Amino acid sequence: MQQKAFVSGYYLDDKDLVEGIKALQEKNIEIADVRTPFPVHGLDKVLKMRRSNLPKAGFFAGAMGTAIGFGFQAWVFTEAWPLNFGGKPFLSVPSFIPVTFELTVLFAAFALVFGFLIRSGLGPGAPNIIFDEEVTNDRFQILLEVKSGNSDQLQLDLKSVGAEGVQHHDV
Amino acid sequence: MYVSPVREPLISGEKSYSKVTEDIYAPMTGKPGKLWFGGLTLALIALGFGLFSIFITVWDGIGTWGLDRTIGWGWGITNFVWWVGIGHAGTFISAILLLFRQKWRTSINRSAEAMTIFAVMCAGLFPLIHMGRLPLGFFIFPYPNTRDVWVNFNSPLLWDVFAISTYLTVSLLFWYMGLIPDIGTIRDRLVPGLKKKIYSFLSFGWTGSARHWARHESMSLILAGLAAPLVLSVHTIVSFDFATSVIPGWHTTIFPPYFVSGAVFSGFAMVLTLMIITRKAINLEDYITKAHLESMNKIIIATGSIVGIAYITELFIAWYSGVVYEQYAFVNRAFGPYWWAYWIMMTCNVITPQLFWFKKIRRSFLATFIISIFVNIGMWFERFVIIVTSLHRDFLPSSWSMYSPTWVEVGIYIGTFGLFFTLFFLFIRFFPVIAIAEVKSVLKTSTEKFIKKGK
Repeated sequence: MQQKAFVSGYYLDDKDLVEGIKALQEKNIEIADVRTPFPVHGLDKVLKMRRSNLPKAGFFAGAMGTAIGFGFQAWVFTEAWPLNFGGKPFLSVPSFIPVTFELTVLFAAFALVFGFLIRSGLGPGAPNIIFDEEVTNDRFQILLEVKSGNSDQLQLDLKSVGAEGVQHHDV
Repeated sequence: MYVSPVREPLISGEKSYSKVTEDIYAPMTGKPGKLWFGGLTLALIALGFGLFSIFITVWDGIGTWGLDRTIGWGWGITNFVWWVGIGHAGTFISAILLLFRQKWRTSINRSAEAMTIFAVMCAGLFPLIHMGRLPLGFFIFPYPNTRDVWVNFNSPLLWDVFAISTYLTVSLLFWYMGLIPDIGTIRDRLVPGLKKKIYSFLSFGWTGSARHWARHESMSLILAGLAAPLVLSVHTIVSFDFATSVIPGWHTTIFPPYFVSGAVFSGFAMVLTLMIITRKAINLEDYITKAHLESMNKIIIATGSIVGIAYITELFIAWYSGVVYEQYAFVNRAFGPYWWAYWIMMTCNVITPQLFWFKKIRRSFLATFIISIFVNIGMWFERFVIIVTSLHRDFLPSSWSMYSPTWVEVGIYIGTFGLFFTLFFLFIRFFPVIAIAEVKSVLKTSTEKFIKKGK
């Protein structure tokens, strides 16, 4: 496997972090990752992240749930085994709604959760590298990838934008 | 962000981000206290007794219960509806209050959601036991069996199967997705060893990456949007079990909204009962404050008043309908042999929550604790009244009957308390009771004194 290396530095406040990122962007330094203890609002805009496709995935899975839920009930009661319940029509749409609704929600929820986990590379025992254990406590970390051995320069850059605890990590 | 100067801080004391981690992690460290062991032991004894009662039910048959041909539903279904109702607070708090951007939910959503999941598990047991033959429980699912028979999709009991199992699954997913960042926090506090490995496995490799957070937020918001109508659908469908039948006293269109508000009402009461004790027992007084108490009590007044109006509307409609059977059902409720159950319900559900109009009462932990227990009792009696008094005097006076539970039914009810509290005690010991990351995200704007660490 190819050896990768990163340089990390952290801030103790979310506002300082956002300013640090902006300063780095002005210097045209590419940011590999930003890690924070809680979702920092506005960070997605600063990092120019693409809008997540999760809503679409949820919508399509939900629509699938609707179709499967309704279609299955309709098939059972008109094709597979039509039963007469008190003279009601076989295709009694109102009484199919509850199950259709529940399946819509169930399918969409599964798509959202698994979409989130798969796209983020998270899962039971996922071997993601944690560079600094304080990130889940109170540190807002910036990670820069070292390409062509410019580690020292990147460390200087991080320090110049006010990051603390600047470090080099080999992966 | 603009924060109104009159708004009370949600978190009292001087807090920094790391102080929050420390405070919420503290109850998980060290040896658990005597109170915890004592509580867990009691819960396990209750659970054992419940399992024994279930065993008796299955071994000897449903004849060990106090049911007869007139009263086919007794404590079993009463407890089922009661527990499902309790299980409405958690997802209400985390989904509907998230959509309404109510920040105070961050301190209570985690534990309330846990209670939801445990309560729904307890609820789910009753219909299964009620079937009499537990190993055939899977018959309720539409699966391709050799007889080519499918389930009846026109039946509200079948809708219940889908509603409750979807609710349990979605609540569990929602709860666990909210937990993984916090399990990550716990993982990073632990020294290397087996415990760290377990939490590392459970944390799903959480790193706190901004990309993950962005996705996590977008997922949570949509899940909340889906869970909000789901919460409302569950008790609506439970109420259909009654409303779609032709029993006088059950066959009313008011049931869905009336049941849903009753469920949120009883769920909030249960969350209050338990959190008032828990916050004291594990020193979370700074996080669950009088402001939280007041907000929750306001929801109790709102839902409790809806329940009160529903009771009165039912009485009015029974009279106004001109149907003698409907009228008799309600006269019998209030003045028949089960009058005491009806008046306990009326007092606990209609009168006691109105005390929360007094600011002193709704901001008092002791008063709230007492009233919340009254609400729990009242809501149990509501289901008892609806089920037993509507059934016990049916169309033929020759088959009128009276019902009282046997020790087996009482035992199963005690057993579900055992299950609920066993899970709850394990939860407060092994998982962060308060959503750490969510509290941190509102810390700057909602703390009495926020300390900026470092420069």
